[in-house]
Amino acid sequence: MPEIKVTPLGAGQDVGRSCILVSIAGKNVMLDCGMHMGYNDDRRFPDFSYITQNGRLTDFLDCVIISHFHLDHCGALPYFSEMVGYDGPIYMTHPTKAICPILLEDYRKITVDKKGETNFFTSQMIKDCMKKVVAVHLHQTVQVDEELEIKAYYAGHVLGAAMFQIKVGCESVVYTGDYNMTPDRHLGAAWIDKCRPDLLITESTYATTIRDSKRCRERDFLKKVHETVERGGKVLIPVFALGRAQELCILLETFWERMNLKAPIYFSTGLTEKANHYYKLFITWTNQKIRKTFVQRNMFEFKHIKAFDRAFADNPGPMVVFATPGMLHAGQSLQIFRKWAGNEKNMVIMPGYCVQGTVGHKILSGQRKLEMEGRQILEVKMQVEYMSFSAHADAKGIMQLIRQAEPRNVLLVHGEAKKMEFLKQKIEQEFHVNCYMPANGETTTIFTNPSIPVDISLGLLKRETAIGLLPDVKKPKLMHGTLIMKDNSFRLVSPEQALKELGLAEHQLRFTCRVHIQDPRKEHETVLRVYNHLKGVLKDYSVQHLPDGSITVESILIQATAHSEDQGTKVLLVSWTYQDEELGSYLTSLLKKGLPQGTS
Amino acid sequence: MAAHLKKRVYEEFTKVVQQQHEDLSAKKLRLTKPSKSAALHVDLCKATSPADALQYLLQFARKPVEVESVEGVVRILLEHYYKVENDASVRLKIASLLGLLSKTAGFSPDCIMDDAINTLQNEKSHQVLAQLLDTLLVIGTKLTENPSVRMRLVEVACKHLTDSSHGVRNKCLQLIGCLGPVEKGVAKEVESQAAKDVQKIIGDHFNDQDPRVRTAAIKAMLQLHERGLKLQQAIYGQACKLLADDYEQVRSAAVQLIWVLSQLYPESIVPIPSSNEEIRLVDDAFGKICHMVSDGSWVVRVQAAKLLGSMQQVSSHFLEQTLDKKLMSDLRRKRTAHERAKELYSSGEFSSGRKWGDDAPKEEIDTGAVNLIESGACGAFVHGLEDEMYEVRIAAVEALCMLAQSSPSFAEKCLDFLVDMFNDEIEEVRLQSIHTMRKISNNITLREDQLDTVLAVLEDSSRDIREALHELLCCTNVSTKEGIHLALVELLKNLTKYPTDRESIWKCLKFLGSRHPTLVLPLVPELLSTHPFFDTPEPDMDDPAYIAVLVLIFNAAKSCPTMPALFSDHTFRHYAYLRDSLSHLVPPLRLPGRKLVSSPVSPSITPHEDPSQQFLHQSLERVYNLQHLDPQGIQELLEFTIRDLQRLGELQSELAGMADFTATYLQCQLLLIKALQEKLWNVAAPLYLKQNALASAAAKQILEETYKMEFMYSGVENRQVVIIHHMRLQAKALQLIVTARTTRGVEPLFGMCEKFLQEVDSFQRCFISELPHMQGSFVDKLLDLMPRLVTSKPSEVVKILQTTLRQSTFLHLPLPERLYRASANIIEPTGESDNPLRFTSGLVVALDVDATLEHVQDPQGTVKVQVLYPDGQAQLIHPKPADFRNPGPGRHRLITQVYLSHTAWTEPCQIEVRLLLAYNSNRSKATAKIPKSTWSESIEALPQSENGIEGTIPFSKPVKVYIMPKPARR
Repeated sequence: MPEIKVTPLGAGQDVGRSCILVSIAGKNVMLDCGMHMGYNDDRRFPDFSYITQNGRLTDFLDCVIISHFHLDHCGALPYFSEMVGYDGPIYMTHPTKAICPILLEDYRKITVDKKGETNFFTSQMIKDCMKKVVAVHLHQTVQVDEELEIKAYYAGHVLGAAMFQIKVGCESVVYTGDYNMTPDRHLGAAWIDKCRPDLLITESTYATTIRDSKRCRERDFLKKVHETVERGGKVLIPVFALGRAQELCILLETFWERMNLKAPIYFSTGLTEKANHYYKLFITWTNQKIRKTFVQRNMFEFKHIKAFDRAFADNPGPMVVFATPGMLHAGQSLQIFRKWAGNEKNMVIMPGYCVQGTVGHKILSGQRKLEMEGRQILEVKMQVEYMSFSAHADAKGIMQLIRQAEPRNVLLVHGEAKKMEFLKQKIEQEFHVNCYMPANGETTTIFTNPSIPVDISLGLLKRETAIGLLPDVKKPKLMHGTLIMKDNSFRLVSPEQALKELGLAEHQLRFTCRVHIQDPRKEHETVLRVYNHLKGVLKDYSVQHLPDGSITVESILIQATAHSEDQGTKVLLVSWTYQDEELGSYLTSLLKKGLPQGTS
Repeated sequence: MAAHLKKRVYEEFTKVVQQQHEDLSAKKLRLTKPSKSAALHVDLCKATSPADALQYLLQFARKPVEVESVEGVVRILLEHYYKVENDASVRLKIASLLGLLSKTAGFSPDCIMDDAINTLQNEKSHQVLAQLLDTLLVIGTKLTENPSVRMRLVEVACKHLTDSSHGVRNKCLQLIGCLGPVEKGVAKEVESQAAKDVQKIIGDHFNDQDPRVRTAAIKAMLQLHERGLKLQQAIYGQACKLLADDYEQVRSAAVQLIWVLSQLYPESIVPIPSSNEEIRLVDDAFGKICHMVSDGSWVVRVQAAKLLGSMQQVSSHFLEQTLDKKLMSDLRRKRTAHERAKELYSSGEFSSGRKWGDDAPKEEIDTGAVNLIESGACGAFVHGLEDEMYEVRIAAVEALCMLAQSSPSFAEKCLDFLVDMFNDEIEEVRLQSIHTMRKISNNITLREDQLDTVLAVLEDSSRDIREALHELLCCTNVSTKEGIHLALVELLKNLTKYPTDRESIWKCLKFLGSRHPTLVLPLVPELLSTHPFFDTPEPDMDDPAYIAVLVLIFNAAKSCPTMPALFSDHTFRHYAYLRDSLSHLVPPLRLPGRKLVSSPVSPSITPHEDPSQQFLHQSLERVYNLQHLDPQGIQELLEFTIRDLQRLGELQSELAGMADFTATYLQCQLLLIKALQEKLWNVAAPLYLKQNALASAAAKQILEETYKMEFMYSGVENRQVVIIHHMRLQAKALQLIVTARTTRGVEPLFGMCEKFLQEVDSFQRCFISELPHMQGSFVDKLLDLMPRLVTSKPSEVVKILQTTLRQSTFLHLPLPERLYRASANIIEPTGESDNPLRFTSGLVVALDVDATLEHVQDPQGTVKVQVLYPDGQAQLIHPKPADFRNPGPGRHRLITQVYLSHTAWTEPCQIEVRLLLAYNSNRSKATAKIPKSTWSESIEALPQSENGIEGTIPFSKPVKVYIMPKPARR
């Protein structure tokens, strides 16, 4: 039986280091190639030795697909392609291809320049790696080789995030990457057609969460910022450079525009500016509003948001500043935080999750006195707010996607085991499909039941459908023909054509059967009786009495002879070809019952 | 019959051939009218290849065919079809032409039906078959009254339902849907095969293999429903299955079908699959449609969201589920922000600073009990309102509005969600949700936190949003005095930020005050900043913010008699001032010991015996009754009455339209009488040039006034239009007479007389039904004399006219129920600015024009802006349709930009801007009642419009704008 094998090298019952191996109909595909944020040793990259101990990876993998530019989905790519060695194609969408190297370079800088690690990939390696990338468009079917084809669907989440359908023959797998089913201020919602894949590999970050409406969150956020600014306070919003930052920018920008506010908004420069440029370019990947209005004005060309300069932090009066990094653990955001923390008019809004140990986490958990480097004690008087803007689908969203795609099997990755357990149970209960959640390194095998396409000649099809009733929709129909399997293709042709093609002569197959009947009368009288009987029973068939004393029912021949020993017993010879098997056997059983009495 | 027709066709044919011998030019051919069919025949015979024939047919299709020759053309086409044509594309074109021809007005296509059906039998091409069926559909729709024809066509359609092409099946289903028997009785009488249950036939195709056919089947079913057939409930199950179809158009149609069924059988009971329970069908359908709100295709989502709004019979607990979305986080129940806000509010600690983890999930959830995909209505609106496409969001808001209007408890619940929509990213959605809120405002009371969110939108930079919000606040119920205070503070903030909103804010506060007198009462000292011991400085009377506060207080004081006691002296003074200057905002108050206030009309007198209305009628009676006074008396009486009416209109705003209308009419009459009193009629013409000027001026003015009467008032009925037209006719007669007396020579009179007679004729045609009411009038007498007039010379005509005009009686003008005069008020530019608008000459400057229009029908078509430059140059600007907004019934708002340009001036100078009401006498109310002509007639109808007089009536006060085009600098 054909099977699909899935082995997560990362992201199996875990978040981070997404890397999933799929082998489908003899093709091996690697989905995502990410790094793990939590580790600094070898564990940060997937264990590629699982694929092969020695020898090039290229021989074992047909292609690599990257769903989006987050480092936990693409961070290991240069290591994988340049240091381990892979020369095959790497597929990603255009925005991902554009933004990915910026992030990789940034990551490399932090690891090598700041932390001083050696044996890490170099800038050149990133460049070389990106040369192997093939960019794809949404809904474009890319033929990797003759059999393997992939197709990207919109996934929301971040700019350029995509879900991929991998298809070989009739078997298909859909990998969602990270996706978002509720649209936000700059991206639309994930969408997939009813492609009914054999397997859907979906993320499950929020497997046990159903989120509140985003409008409340947005409104709260805007209200807080607005109030603080009106009071004359300063607002600090620590953000990660990409993704949420743009959403919040758009949110504030439109709000400023709508409400005619004058207070300045700043954006800490660097990475983000470069990234904003790409957001401006890839308008087709954004949501309806931005797509529709960009002719008048590109929403990412911010009117109110300006580049931040270090000196601005001391300016009097209200302002809003977006600064990296998001968890307040270092860099510009921390500097600004230290300057502003003493004033109760000011406010810091944490838009995302903070890892334990960071300043962000400390202030969120209510700590008001922080110990900074140099034994300084920083008293936090400013207001601290938490606002969750996450771009993953929640439990309902995941279910909605499954409903849209109608897969035959579901496999959960990118989530915590405990939460997956719950979702798995729900999926099995509500959709009645199998659901799997393999751990890292664990292989899941899914048996598929692919339909096999067979070519049928038009003549035969027309002939066969003409026989019998109307073509009844969605019901299997019986057809007679000859299946020819030749050169990896299947064809259904009429028997005559098959004979001709194969150069075979036609053989006739006849069944003959003798039936003994007790009848003292003469032969021709018996024949007449049989004829009358048959004529009476088989009203729909043409029953004929031939002059040579035989009877034909359709093409079945019946002859009667007297038994050589017993004249009272007549022997009926029934003969039919194999095509008439049904009628022939029916006739014999009918005759075996004997003739009714007194019919003559 | 057929033979006869054929003969006729051939007769025509031979005729044309002869002409061809004489003159081979194609132009001549087209000129001869009846030769159409023959020409076509010739063309088709000439065609050597199918492509040629197709070209001829295409050319032919561009020209209209007269009713008489349709049949001939059809015969020729059919003949060609039978005999010659092997090419499918030509046959297709012929088939489509047949359909087009049978649409011709006045042609009864039953004679070609048999032929069309016959052609079906031998046709092999699926496309042609489909086209032929389409033709049959056209024929069938023209012969709907004939049940046997319909039956026959349905039978034909049923026969072709087994065709293998989707196109043919599509058309068949369409045909059955449009023509299938609707009445049960008829179906039984005609015992034919087609009398089989059409519903079953169509229903069988619900699971056709082709999605297009499935869609067509559902559409046919809906068509049957629209034609009045009661659909069977059994279809419901099938339709539900179609909701899971792979194709969006099928799902979209299925949603409609389910909706139809839910309206037909709301109360029947359906089982819930996989359980023993049963629910009402409408509830089940509601749940199913709700489910479609999260469909993959946005077209379906819009459809579903729209239909939800009209399902009012649904049970309340189902309805409320649509707003329900159980939140959880890590498998623990979480409260929504709405719930938290409500709790905070009820616990009394509103607007506490929120802490981290405030929304931390509390109770554990039983994993088994969580249902992630509810089959029911759960959260449908929550999803719909959060949808990616704004079309869906708007549809959801509309649906919410309709459901909330019918269910107060639902209105209360959906409030939070509507308030949230005020922050949508698309302005249209925001506006829509504000309007929705206004519509359901009777059912709701805003909580303080909700009010807070609502008021935050007041800072929106879009004027539409702000004004919609003001409208909303006008009819909102606020629960606490803090709420009122909050609203006032925010409105004042709005006022300082956007001073142009002044009027709208004042109006809003007026209603806010009069709705909540008891809530305003405790706020009065604070608002007026009075102090029990100290005198506070007197506020600036011209401060719009102060006026706003006063408007609120005075309107509250109207129904709260204890309030004036809290006022300080200057407040009373200010009251007197405002009562005079802003009387529409400040109500009359009964203040203790003040004579300033005079409200003679006590509210106890009910309006149905309104004395002013009586007065109006009495004065009119008087005029109409006293017909036989001496001319001097009549004139005086008319003058007095006109004066009375005008004054009445000023005093009673609700009668203004009526009074002005009648006054104008009487004015016309007066002018007419005066003109006829002139001495010029008795003396030789050339001597009285001066008087003659007076008379012709009178005629001109009457004409103008009649146009005003006809086009400036809304609510004018046909009865009035007749009188107006009659008056106009008299004015024209007067004009004719005056011209006759002053000009020498007869030639110019010929034309005028003829024109006048034509007008009389058209008057008769238009108002034939009204003529009996006009006994003894000018036109009545004129029509009696018509035969004589037509034959006589112009000089005689003039004489006759003169006598009839003098003898004719004064027509009684019946008054309609309601009559409003169109009016416009330009708010911006205000005309007060001393700073000239400077711009470089030759370039343009945009001038913002903001005006309110009242009682203007179809403002998009009629209202124009006129700019008059000091050099007498006038410019007429047509505002875009989108510049008109409709804030309420009978009211419109024009916000537009006018582009000005001029050559350089040395001094700044004033230009005038005013609004005009354009009219076209052809589009008048009388002619509008004549049914629209069909396409073939439209060509003849066109030149008629040239006779129509187009003109404009200024209906607003002109506003002066100071501008200064500077010379361009080199």
